[in-house]
Amino acid sequence: MQYSETVMDHFRSPRNVGVIEDADGVGEEGNPVCGDMMTFYIKVKDNRLEDVKFQTFGCGAAIAVSSMVSEMAKGKTLDEALKITNKSVAEHLGGLPKNKMHCSNLGADALHKAIEDYRNKQKSKEEKPPARLDKEGGQCKCPYCGEAMDCQLGSQHSCKVVLKECPACKKPMRSDAEKCPNCG
Amino acid sequence: MKTIYFDHIAGNPLDPRVKEAMLPYLTDIFGNPQSMHSFGEQTREAIDEARAQVAQLINASSEELFFTASGTESNNFALKGLALANQSKGKHIVVSAIEHQSILHSAKFLEKLGFKISHVGVDKYGIVSRDELARQLTDETTLVSIMLANSEVGTIEPIAGLTGLVKEKGILFHCDAVAAVGNIPVDVNELRIDALSMAANQFYGPSGAAALYVRKGVRILPLLDGGIQEEGRRAGTENVPVIVGMGKAARLAWEEMPKRSEYLRSLRDSLIKELTNKIDYLYFTGHPENRLPHHASFCVEFIEGEAMLLSLSMEGMAVSSGSACTSRALKASHVLKAIGVGDALAQGSIVFSLGMSNAKKDIEYLTGAFPAIIDRLRKMSPLYTKHIQKKGDK
Repeated sequence: MQYSETVMDHFRSPRNVGVIEDADGVGEEGNPVCGDMMTFYIKVKDNRLEDVKFQTFGCGAAIAVSSMVSEMAKGKTLDEALKITNKSVAEHLGGLPKNKMHCSNLGADALHKAIEDYRNKQKSKEEKPPARLDKEGGQCKCPYCGEAMDCQLGSQHSCKVVLKECPACKKPMRSDAEKCPNCG
Repeated sequence: MKTIYFDHIAGNPLDPRVKEAMLPYLTDIFGNPQSMHSFGEQTREAIDEARAQVAQLINASSEELFFTASGTESNNFALKGLALANQSKGKHIVVSAIEHQSILHSAKFLEKLGFKISHVGVDKYGIVSRDELARQLTDETTLVSIMLANSEVGTIEPIAGLTGLVKEKGILFHCDAVAAVGNIPVDVNELRIDALSMAANQFYGPSGAAALYVRKGVRILPLLDGGIQEEGRRAGTENVPVIVGMGKAARLAWEEMPKRSEYLRSLRDSLIKELTNKIDYLYFTGHPENRLPHHASFCVEFIEGEAMLLSLSMEGMAVSSGSACTSRALKASHVLKAIGVGDALAQGSIVFSLGMSNAKKDIEYLTGAFPAIIDRLRKMSPLYTKHIQKKGDK
């Protein structure tokens, strides 16, 4: 067999396979045309990778690489995780065949992309602080119909009302209303 | 663990009867066939007999057969030897797009020497386009090389329908029949072929034994210069044991071919039927009818061939794939590309080639285990997840 025992172990029983539906960051690397593609999903809490999951299309090496990356990254801070390199992943796997070093060894890159994605999202949140809706019991409610809704403004929700921020009092109001119901 | 071999296109196990025939030549009978004494006479006679046996398999005569060491050597010999021997007539050669690397790379070599090479395309089944071939032939064309059967998709080319077109222009026709000879009937006269490559390990003979048929009167230059072995066309001391083995294997293939192909075809057809029934997004490759009797090939969507190959190997089954990751060169199969399979789908290539040691229960074992392997890999695949989400959105 051209693969090390560690590679075969990760191929046989890969760790952390799957999708995180409400991931804080998603990173994709590779291309099915070349034969390998990896998607990493991360959940971040207090600047640490609370959860890491992946999906991989590719050969045995690609699957083992993704699995190893997920294992190495879990629990690390974002900065620590960014220090994981493709090279160190290959070392942890007990080496990879020479011809697989380039194409299959993309796991660290995909993880870094997921972290970058998370940071970009954070940044855009900071730049445009959304007008907050009044929270009741941790859940945002529409001031018109009382239905639970996304805390983000600008999107339409179940009662068809699109909310905007009142220029005067900064509270949410109907985007088509002429008077703000809060400040008038 | 039980192991099952489904990769006969890569090489067959040695038939025990062939091994028996070879053994004396590995031990007691060792003379150099070129020696004039009795030791040489013994091996000389053995080679003569083997040559006659191999000739019979393709309906050629003994003096038209030259032993080589591999199908690759036969193909190199044919392409370079025929092209160079006839270069005063022209320097244009036509090969198909789905030829074996030993043909394509020999053609590249000739290109460096100033030859012009044309590649004739194939349809979605891998059948060479007769019209395109006709268009490519010029006054400069001296040689056409098209394979008889393709090892990756199993398709058998309608050679008899192509040779007339080529021969009427006085152009030589070489046929790489390595995957075909011993598995399907081949008659060089019926097919009107000038040169044909074959190898023993495709019909339960030893590796290291192969041959090139060259029609009487056709000029060819040798690859190896030296002594007068093989009528001066292939110098070097004969590898007597494997040549004897090739002869015996050819004899057995000639006698048993109808029985073998009927058996293999029935196993193969049940494999295709079972897998097609059990697996979604499974695409059959190659021609559905005109194909090698022991060959079944597919592309499985959303997953990659090497991962399938490894998974099957962990359960004891040996198969092959044309995916980029499986090839050492990391390039997806040129054959799949030529028949129009998309780049991503080609990564899911998988080839089953059956042999006489396979039984019905082996096929059942495979068709039982394979769907679960595909399922496991698809659950890991981002492409499959995306596909399912898309389907859900509609």
